[in-house]
Amino acid sequence: MKRERYTYLSTVTFALKSLLSGLKVTLTEFFTPKVTEQYPENRKTLKISERHRARLTMPHDENGANRCIACGLCQNACPNGSISIVTKSVTDEETGKSKKVLVSYEYDLGCCMFCQLCVNACPKNAIEFCNDFENAVYDRKKLVQKLNR
Amino acid sequence: MYDFSIITTAIDQFLRSLMPSALATFLECVLIAVCVLVAYVLLAIVMIFMERKVCAAFQCRLGPMRVGFWGLLQVFADVFKMIIKEIIDFKRTDNLLYNLAPFLVVLSSVLTFSCLPFANGIEVLDFNVGLFFIMATSSFGVLGIMLAGWSSNNKFSMIGAMRSGAQMVSYELSIGLSMLTLVALSGTLQLSEIVARQADMWFIFKGHLPALTAFIIYLIAGNAETNRGPFDLPEAESELTAGYHTEYSGMGFGFFYVAEFMNLFIVSGIAATIFLGGWMPLHVPGLDAFNATMDYIPGPVWFFGKTFFVIWLLMWIKWTFPRLRIDQVITLEWKYLMPIGLVNLLIMTLCVVMGWTF
Repeated sequence: MKRERYTYLSTVTFALKSLLSGLKVTLTEFFTPKVTEQYPENRKTLKISERHRARLTMPHDENGANRCIACGLCQNACPNGSISIVTKSVTDEETGKSKKVLVSYEYDLGCCMFCQLCVNACPKNAIEFCNDFENAVYDRKKLVQKLNR
Repeated sequence: MYDFSIITTAIDQFLRSLMPSALATFLECVLIAVCVLVAYVLLAIVMIFMERKVCAAFQCRLGPMRVGFWGLLQVFADVFKMIIKEIIDFKRTDNLLYNLAPFLVVLSSVLTFSCLPFANGIEVLDFNVGLFFIMATSSFGVLGIMLAGWSSNNKFSMIGAMRSGAQMVSYELSIGLSMLTLVALSGTLQLSEIVARQADMWFIFKGHLPALTAFIIYLIAGNAETNRGPFDLPEAESELTAGYHTEYSGMGFGFFYVAEFMNLFIVSGIAATIFLGGWMPLHVPGLDAFNATMDYIPGPVWFFGKTFFVIWLLMWIKWTFPRLRIDQVITLEWKYLMPIGLVNLLIMTLCVVMGWTF
């Protein structure tokens, strides 16, 4: 802003104007609907953003199959080591080549810091974060989840 | 218009018929003291609740909602907590002054509170220099604040108290000048008279421009007087922990807290009385049917309605503006508010002398 030399009266009018514009802002705020979420009561109407990262899941299709190819990229990408993948080798009957398949996908929610690096690393979009955020349990053993079925 | 003096005289006569006159007077004094204190505490609770809700609304929140319906019991829970807390004695404080200070603050605000005319006939103290008395009693609250800061033996408290002293002594002038402007208009210092003379029109309309200017100056100075709003630097949380009441716990702190809120009520009550007509209903000259309808609304409703409206205005100011620096506070008073107030007083006097008022 250009610094001008204010006279006494222009200072007063300028001050009044700026004060009134401030008061206008808070007055409109006074009458806008309030943003407070009353959480346990409003469970039914609660809206969580789609991008919210609450828990890692592995979507399964109607046949119970997932898209995981057990490549281990997510396990390597995880900074906290909260993902551990158990694999086994299966020999394909047609080609005779051995192939890694997923036995169990273990995810420790207690270690996860929700950075989404695993989801970004996955080449098959086999894992994703869901909105289900009510994850508190009394035993941390319960936080270790097996994601594949 | 409802006249509550009928009820009070009836009680008076009933008591005098039962017992000797001196005893009746004594009993009435006790009764009035109890009434004033109960009203004081109840209003303080209402004010604290209102502050929390209004503040929340200005910040786009809901405020306390959990304790009781709509958070109504929250303040009672807070007060109860305050009462059961331990009052700590410190080794190196000046114990007498330390314990005296909260009482001085509360005493000042209770005294001022009891002078307010709540309705036609409900006024504890009504004499010919009422407004002057209000100014006198409300201004010795700063003594308690200074004592609290001094006796706490704590640098934060001391700085807070000194700031409060500088600020309150300065802004007392502006409050006095804007009151004086209205006294020039009303021609009396007696509160009941001031209200009665607004029967045809409230002073803020009667005195048009100078009265409006005085009202604005009064609001600004009133906010400073109660150590609130943008002028809360005596207890600036971010700089001085809690300012002059840093060392107080339990009800010692509670007294300061309640007195602060009640000073807000008192400042608003005085503004409602001298600018907005106190318990006087809204009267527009010429509209007799309208005026008669307005008279059906009892005086206390008008008084409290106006007072809470002014309180809301002050809270609006408080929750809008950031805190001023001490030099800005003093500059605002001595370079702007007081000269404008003086000129305003002159203009008002001119208006009254020339008959330019409505």
